[in-house]
Amino acid sequence: MEAGFAVLIGFIFAASIYLMLSRQLIRILLGISILGNAVNLLIFTAGRLEREVPPVIPDSSLVPVGATANPLPQALILTAIVISFSFFAFLLVLAFRTYQELGTDDANEMRVAEPKGEARPPMGY
Amino acid sequence: MALFGVDYTVIAVLAPFAAALAAPTMVRVFKHNAAWVLAIVPALVFLHFFRYVGAVSHGETFTEGFAWVPAYGVNFTFFLDGLAVLFALIVSGIGTLIILYAGGYMKGHAQQGRFLSFLFLFMGSMLGVVTGSNLITMFIFWELTSITSFLLIGFDHLRTASRRAAMQALVVTGGGGLALLAGFLMIISVTGKREMADVIASGDVLRESALYTPILIMVLLGAFTKSAQFPFHFWLPNAMEAPTPVSAYLHSATMVKAGVYLLMRLNPVLGDTSAWMTVLPLFGGVTLLVGTLLAVRQSDLKMMLAYTTVASLGLLVMLTGAGSEVAIEGAVLYLFAHALFKGALFMVAGLVDHETGTRDLGRLGGLRKAMPITFLCAVLAALSMGGLPPFIGFIAKEVLYEGTWNLAGRSELLTAVAVTGNALMLAAAFAVAFKPFLGKPTKTPKPAHEGPVLMWIGPLTLALCGLAAAVGVGWSGPSLLGPMAGAVAGVPVEGDYHLIPAHIGAPLYLSLVTVAAGLFVFWQIDAVRRGMAGVLKAIGWGPDRGFDQFISLVVRFAGAFTAIVQPGKMQIYMNTVFVVVAAALLVPMIYYGEGPSMPTMPDFRFYEWLVLALVVIGIIAVLAARTRLIAIVSLGIQGFAVAVLYMLFGAPDLSFTQFMVETLSVVILALVMTRLNLTAKDNRPFSETISHMIIAIAGGIGFGALLMAVTQVPFDSRLSDFFAANSRVVAHGRNIVNVIIVDFRGLDTLGEISVVMVTGLAILALIRIRSRGSKVPGNPPTGGPLKPVSEPHPEVAS
Repeated sequence: MEAGFAVLIGFIFAASIYLMLSRQLIRILLGISILGNAVNLLIFTAGRLEREVPPVIPDSSLVPVGATANPLPQALILTAIVISFSFFAFLLVLAFRTYQELGTDDANEMRVAEPKGEARPPMGY
Repeated sequence: MALFGVDYTVIAVLAPFAAALAAPTMVRVFKHNAAWVLAIVPALVFLHFFRYVGAVSHGETFTEGFAWVPAYGVNFTFFLDGLAVLFALIVSGIGTLIILYAGGYMKGHAQQGRFLSFLFLFMGSMLGVVTGSNLITMFIFWELTSITSFLLIGFDHLRTASRRAAMQALVVTGGGGLALLAGFLMIISVTGKREMADVIASGDVLRESALYTPILIMVLLGAFTKSAQFPFHFWLPNAMEAPTPVSAYLHSATMVKAGVYLLMRLNPVLGDTSAWMTVLPLFGGVTLLVGTLLAVRQSDLKMMLAYTTVASLGLLVMLTGAGSEVAIEGAVLYLFAHALFKGALFMVAGLVDHETGTRDLGRLGGLRKAMPITFLCAVLAALSMGGLPPFIGFIAKEVLYEGTWNLAGRSELLTAVAVTGNALMLAAAFAVAFKPFLGKPTKTPKPAHEGPVLMWIGPLTLALCGLAAAVGVGWSGPSLLGPMAGAVAGVPVEGDYHLIPAHIGAPLYLSLVTVAAGLFVFWQIDAVRRGMAGVLKAIGWGPDRGFDQFISLVVRFAGAFTAIVQPGKMQIYMNTVFVVVAAALLVPMIYYGEGPSMPTMPDFRFYEWLVLALVVIGIIAVLAARTRLIAIVSLGIQGFAVAVLYMLFGAPDLSFTQFMVETLSVVILALVMTRLNLTAKDNRPFSETISHMIIAIAGGIGFGALLMAVTQVPFDSRLSDFFAANSRVVAHGRNIVNVIIVDFRGLDTLGEISVVMVTGLAILALIRIRSRGSKVPGNPPTGGPLKPVSEPHPEVAS
């Protein structure tokens, strides 16, 4: 099962990288959103898969009974999902405001920090 | 000798740094008279080192200080022998006079406190160089002198010429300093010794080492740049942009001698080889001739003196490398004499400049009536510089001629060079000392008058010292000069010199020739100057222009390089990042053959296949979407499918969170996207599509293969087992994931919530700060009136 997940995750990574290499801000954002899922699934799979049994201790026991899913990656991912979401929301607004200010969604055209044809550094002393 | 466990020598070296701290406040309180108070510090330092004279002249040496970084063998130690003590006396003694002089010279200057502060910083650094024992400590002081020199040359930083000269000096001497560091590190690695005293006692170890040549090259680079040897001499005349106290102190008497000091210091272990005895006289001799020839070409007092300093340094290097004890004695005597007369002459030049408003020889004349004390200082110093009796310069010249005359093999050549150089130096000295004072009084920018006592006490003292040292050579020879020459030569030297030559021999005849030739050049100096100017014009290029070309080349290269690595195109940065990521994943895996083994067909159930297919379909739809709505909805499909995967594999909490987050993402994305006039079509050119696909697929394979390889090794479940075992027992919770989040890793969760909160605030700020107009002309913002569309409440998600 893990191998199957690995193939799927490789595919998701490839798709997100391809989207992020685009020039359009929106595609980059879509790529980042997908990248978050890819990373989460990577962590999830690296902790090994277990069908259907959540890591919950029955009322009658002090420790889990039988095999359960691995709780540790789940805790990590839970944090990661929330953080990546807030990151995504921030980037989205940032992209939106950038578009408003610069009038373009082409990342290559955003040259405020590194203007085109920037003058050479000063030659004097 | 120690105070509270700290050796006095350590205190003496650090005292100028303390004075540097106090100087600005002192100047604020006492105005320019603060110099009188501040000069006490170097005077005390002078007295401290003077106490060593007796013991050192008997061949004793002292090491003081303490361990600094013992783990690396770096110690804050100081080594005192004849060489170090005389140098320390020169630095602190002339330093005292320079501080006084600077008090008068910079009187009323708004930044006088800062100026004195820099001077003290330099003084401390220079004391550290000449007394430093640990090679690393000495290197640090060495570089500090370069930095303080930079600060002082560029003191008048509003003028371009000052800034250029300061930078030039820093680049040349700082660059040489780096070479010196390499040399020192090689010396440490060859000898295994870090203290100067041990290194110079190491005998033939360095000479016989295979690293001798690289060590020699690196040390010479450091010494030649610092001591302005041809072809690195050009920074020193430019350094005359500094206020005159700096020229007198750093750029004639002390700092530029650091290179000579280094050569003298290492002479016992690096010298006496054919390379040493070829390279040093060669560069020194050329520097001597070039320096003197350029000196007589100048018409500015300070420039003239600067070039004679270059020449004198050349002479010193030549004598140090001549390879005979007498030549070294000559070098030591000349070094001492030079510090006295050149310091005095620079201060005279500064006095003339200060009181008349010009330093141009053509505009000065007849000042002897208006400035009698200055004239006296000038004459006394110039006679010493010209090598005339009864001054120390005369004795120095006699000894150095004796040294070059008796050399085996190359004596004719070196003697000829020395005589030519000395004759031209005499001409330059007389031009500086007599031209402005004799003849008819001229009209100067300021009406000429004698300078204040603060300004003439320095040159007068130095000039009189030059006389006293010669008259009292019976004491100064064996006490100061002999021990120093002994330390340089590596064998004891008596220091038995005479003002009246003991016998009439070659040196005396050579002196007569020198004086005659010098007087002739002085008589014809205008013609010589015109001739030299013509020659220089014919050559047209010099290292000074070369420096400009070099700097321009560096700046152009930096510009071109930056244009390549920072082209300003986001796509190129992203490409680079992901190429590196893919390479980092794949290359080690392939190189070490640690890739995953071939997996078997996974045993997914029917509905699991369906959900996996849903993820793939969602992503393909995102990739292929032609309108933004399809892209957003497809993104949602992919996200929900992942949520279902979590559900199927025992992670209901994740599943729930993922559902919430995906819903919110889709809603927010839809809200923002409807406000943006974007083409959802991916309009990359075909070639880009292919290269991006290759990068993306390589990255995907990298991550997939890595994960597959990881899951094929046995799982270490210790940490998970810990949580499973303790969740209920210790933390009293049955849902282990929740217990980890809120209990075991509660602080992490607090951090996570903080991140979300800060992000929310940042989003709010971004939206609230209204656009101050479009920054791209002709491209007005297209977004409609804004509402805070994407103010998230992601807390609900966790």
